[in-house]
Amino acid sequence: MVNKNLSVSLCGCTLPNPIVPASGTFGFGLELADALDLNKIGGISLKGTTRDARFGNPTPRIAECTGGLINSVGLQNPGIDVLVEEKVPALRKIYHNAIIANISGFSIEEYAHCCEKAAACEGIDILEVNISCPNVHGGGLAFGTSAEAAAQVTKAVKAVSGKKPVFIKLSPNVTDIVSIAKACEDAGADGLTLVNTFLGMRIDIARRKPIVANRMGGFSGPAIFPIAVRMVNQVSKACSIPVMGCGGVSRAEDVIEMMMAGATAVQVGAENLRNPMVCPEIVDALPELMDRLGINDLNEIIGII
Amino acid sequence: MQKIFFTIVSNQVVADKTYRLELGCSQDIAIKPGQFVNIAIDGKYLRRPISVSDATNRSLLLYYKVVGEGTKLMSEMNPGQQLEILTELGTGFDSAKCRNSALLVGGGLGTAPLYMLCKELLSQGKKVTVVLGFNKASEVILEEEYKALGAELLIATMDGSVGVKGFTTDAINQYNPEFDFFYTCGPMPMMRALCAALPTSGEASLEERMGCGAGYCYGCTIQTTKGPKRVCADGPVFDKEDLIW
Ligand SMILES: Cc1cc2nc3c(=O)[nH]c(=O)nc-3n(C[C@H](O)[C@H](O)[C@H](O)COP(=O)(O)OP(=O)(O)OC[C@H]3O[C@@H](n4cnc5c(N)ncnc54)[C@H](O)[C@@H]3O)c2cc1C
Ligand SMILES: Cc1cc2nc3c(=O)[nH]c(=O)nc-3n(C[C@H](O)[C@H](O)[C@H](O)COP(=O)(O)O)c2cc1C
Ligand code: FES
Repeated sequence: MVNKNLSVSLCGCTLPNPIVPASGTFGFGLELADALDLNKIGGISLKGTTRDARFGNPTPRIAECTGGLINSVGLQNPGIDVLVEEKVPALRKIYHNAIIANISGFSIEEYAHCCEKAAACEGIDILEVNISCPNVHGGGLAFGTSAEAAAQVTKAVKAVSGKKPVFIKLSPNVTDIVSIAKACEDAGADGLTLVNTFLGMRIDIARRKPIVANRMGGFSGPAIFPIAVRMVNQVSKACSIPVMGCGGVSRAEDVIEMMMAGATAVQVGAENLRNPMVCPEIVDALPELMDRLGINDLNEIIGII
Repeated sequence: MQKIFFTIVSNQVVADKTYRLELGCSQDIAIKPGQFVNIAIDGKYLRRPISVSDATNRSLLLYYKVVGEGTKLMSEMNPGQQLEILTELGTGFDSAKCRNSALLVGGGLGTAPLYMLCKELLSQGKKVTVVLGFNKASEVILEEEYKALGAELLIATMDGSVGVKGFTTDAINQYNPEFDFFYTCGPMPMMRALCAALPTSGEASLEERMGCGAGYCYGCTIQTTKGPKRVCADGPVFDKEDLIW
């Protein structure tokens, strides 16, 4: 087997392979440092962070579904200051590849505040802005469901993020994801991550109550893979900035498919919850699969469909 | 945490809907009393967390109750079949917190993880009283096993079909065992009542719906007097003083 090239580049940041655990499904990386070799993984998207520490939602926060799960963790996190002062420096000591800070907010000001701090943090390579959060000043609708609000967040964070690439992470709970993606690109986004979770709900039919305490939550896992592939394909065709594809990826084959659809890097979310070793396992499986498919360099296949 | 393939040695009904599952592997494991494992089940997206009742460096003994689809699938598995399991999860009980005599209180399947703790405490030369609570005689497990260890054993059943009629707290009040520390695992109402009623410090093993079961999805967080804690990784065993019921 000839040497396979797995490395990809995201806005000047080189990843040794395109595999990135998705935000919220891999903690701050540190939690798994003893269980696996983190440095096998191309990049790590850290747990979503807000300005202040948040407890998140009451439990149960998890509901199992066919082909995935619903989560309503509710953005539990220690706040941006702990992220930049403790978590990232600790991870940087043991991890050499791309560290992606995932930023959430409930107002434009909060996004800007957090992104400014994250941009100033040496250990962080890429900012990923989760716009699936409700806008408390906008009637509670998620920023990511309106092209205008998505563009406003993008502009505000780009104004404070200096040289660090900003990826806007899109919500799939929209009628036309392409128009939102384009609005973000026009507002200056350096890249896009898609998709986040789909709003879902499960009911315990014996107790006659919703399973998660918050009634609803974000559905993700293998069941959403075809929708994610479709959205990545549509968006990457319409935009010229790089896309990190996410949604339902659970094996090396899915990574190839996502990349053919247009993704430059591929995030793995829910699958980490059932198999903490899945990311390094996928990295190990890629060369042989590439060989079977006649691929020498992953960059050959990005967006070929 | 390790991801290991175990082979089923036996999987048998021992009480009402309750199974005893014996597993072996060919790789060293190091389980502490009160830790749990997370079992992958074909056809189910998430793993199922089950406490370890006893273990050696190459084997696990689990007790589980069929309550839903996942445990039903487990009950249909046969010796020789393989299970992919994440082991050595959670903190476990701290036997050093008991000076001389311990009270172990288990309710239902919560009686299982206390078994390995009981062995450890006895091996340290400590006196152990075990109180097991069940709804009825057909649910009783581990009675002979605890007796064989040489622990003082009290059983309480809600219908009075075995031992004291009533709650584990009723059995404790009636027999007034001597202890300087307690350990409990079982239904939340039982543990809440115990933590309120017993005068000494103690540890309680909690249950929560889990995502990863290993500390990185934050799906199982509870509020404690020491701030947010993950039941799977900071627990499942917590000090009585830390719990907000
Ligand atoms: C740390 C820990 C240790 C446990 N130890 C034991 C044990 O030793 N013996 C035993 O019989 N049971 C134990 N349980 C409970 C056991 O995990 C559940 O009964 C089991 O997951 C139910 O699965 P199911 O598919 O049959 O039920 P379903 O209701 O079909 O499961 C649906 C989902 O809910 C979850 N779930 C359902 N009930 C519980 C519960 N009580 N706690 C946590 N998650 C739940 C399942 O894991 C699954 O994700 C333990 C739970 C935890 C958290
Ligand atoms: C438990 C859990 C927590 C998550 N937390 C975040 C988060 O904090 N920020 C974010 O942008 N996305 C979050 N997500 C969404 C994932 O990053 C990912 O976009 C989504 O789950 C789809 O990918 P998947 O199908 O591989 O899970 C979370 C998902 C899960 C399952
Ligand atoms: S279940 Fe994932 S952190 Fe506890």
